[in-house]
Amino acid sequence: MIKVKNIEKSFGSNHVLKNISVTYKPGECSLIIGASGSGKTVLLKSLVGLHEPDSGEIWYENTLFTILNNKEKKEIRKQIGMLFQGSALFDFATVEENVRFPMDFFTDWSDEEKLDRVNFCLKRVNLRDVNSLYPNELSGGMQKRVGIARAIALNPKYLFCDEPNSGLDPQTSILIDQLIREITQEYNITTVINTHDMNSVMEIGDKLCFIYKGALVWEGTKDDVLKTDHAELNEFIFASNMARKVKESAGLL
Amino acid sequence: MIKALETIGQYLLLMKSVLTKPDSWKIFRKQFINETEKLVLQSVHIVAIISVFIGAVIVLQTASNLENPLIPKMYVGYMTRESLVLEFCSTMIALILAGKVGSNISSEIGSMRITEQIDAMEMMGLNSANYLILPKISAATIFNPLLMLLSFILGLLGGALIIYLTNIITLGHYIDGIRFSFKSYYIFYSMTKMAAFSFIITSISSFFGYYATGGSLGVGRSSTRAIVISSVLILVFNLVITHLML
Ligand SMILES: Nc1ncnc2c1ncn2[C@@H]1O[C@H](COP(=O)(O)OP(=O)(O)O)[C@@H](O)[C@H]1O
Ligand SMILES: [Mg+2]
Repeated sequence: MIKVKNIEKSFGSNHVLKNISVTYKPGECSLIIGASGSGKTVLLKSLVGLHEPDSGEIWYENTLFTILNNKEKKEIRKQIGMLFQGSALFDFATVEENVRFPMDFFTDWSDEEKLDRVNFCLKRVNLRDVNSLYPNELSGGMQKRVGIARAIALNPKYLFCDEPNSGLDPQTSILIDQLIREITQEYNITTVINTHDMNSVMEIGDKLCFIYKGALVWEGTKDDVLKTDHAELNEFIFASNMARKVKESAGLL
Repeated sequence: MIKALETIGQYLLLMKSVLTKPDSWKIFRKQFINETEKLVLQSVHIVAIISVFIGAVIVLQTASNLENPLIPKMYVGYMTRESLVLEFCSTMIALILAGKVGSNISSEIGSMRITEQIDAMEMMGLNSANYLILPKISAATIFNPLLMLLSFILGLLGGALIIYLTNIITLGHYIDGIRFSFKSYYIFYSMTKMAAFSFIITSISSFFGYYATGGSLGVGRSSTRAIVISSVLILVFNLVITHLML
């Protein structure tokens, strides 16, 4: 469980996060939705301490994360897996080395144990025979899978994904979404996902938070989202003709 | 002015997290060997070529300036040795390395920054600055002084080669000149300068890469800035070290 209370973040005069409070539960995919530039990435990075919020509290279970020093934050981060928008695989390392990377630093496992775990994680994301390839030899979808494998390498309690579908075709997107949801449920992970993809919202949105210009203006589930009369949210969701038509045919417009 | 002070502060803070004990010595050793290969060994050829040519040119220039029969011919060897050891093999080579190695480092680290690879390391609880930068600084600072030595030897050989080819003076005079009142302290002085310059090049270009922003354009910008600033600092510290040591 992650509890966020009243966090604020500015870059100079750019007030990016405005008084955000929200709770994320284990075994659920919580989605942060909003237009580009609304502050989703900054929020996600603030949650894990890659950005320092100006004020407010972030709780991981009963630990107040925001007052920890760097060393103590590291202890929490060892329980966090993160999938970055561009996958952020280390391009100097092979797929196997990428997934093994956190194990090399933070476990005293033998080489065999590490290899077993690497192969287990790769298999979990439906990849095989890619151990010795470099990231630039993989397709975008495969890179995301390796990114997920690396994120779950140390059995995280928390998983953060920044736009896991960006740059992927709709079919691959859905597969990645489903993979994230399965892993979340299987290991009872608290998962937070940034997205502006309506397919993801309808596919895996156990819980949705809509960010508009840095403020959290709406919370609900994927069922609520179709019926809402929140103006900005409607504008965001029904931006495309297709979504509009779906809503019309369901008699909701 | 305030901006400059802020940048210096940011640089010092970064160095504070770079200059600590590595998270894993085993991995550090591997990276250290790797960086020695990349930053030092892969500079050998350019240093070698430039040194041979410059040694030859210094000999020609000095010889053509020494038409006065009262000045002994061995002066050519002496002058060549002094120019090489005092200035060329440390400062000039360092300026060349600032271009070659500096842009390599800042674009490598900069692209890791903008593709969030550095964030990914931090998320794994790793001290990314230490992990990425310490192997580079230590490899270059420890081994580049040997490049200075190499450059010195090859510079002298380049001089010998041009004498052999042109007979502008005799090789015997040249060698006498090289041995004339030889101060080994100068070699120590020059190697010290090279170590200092290598620290400047690697740390400054790592710094600009580490804080790169603004996409690939930003990486290009920070790489240019890294070369300019480290070149200027090399010139300034050349003055300071020379004042202290000579
Ligand atoms: N490191 C940074 N420094 C300054 N401003 C930033 C930084 N990161 C993000 N911003 C600003 O924060 C705002 C929100 O960005 P972001 O969270 O990336 O949006 P998105 O919702 O598309 O992920 C933007 O106006 C952006 O310019
Ligand atoms: Mg974003």
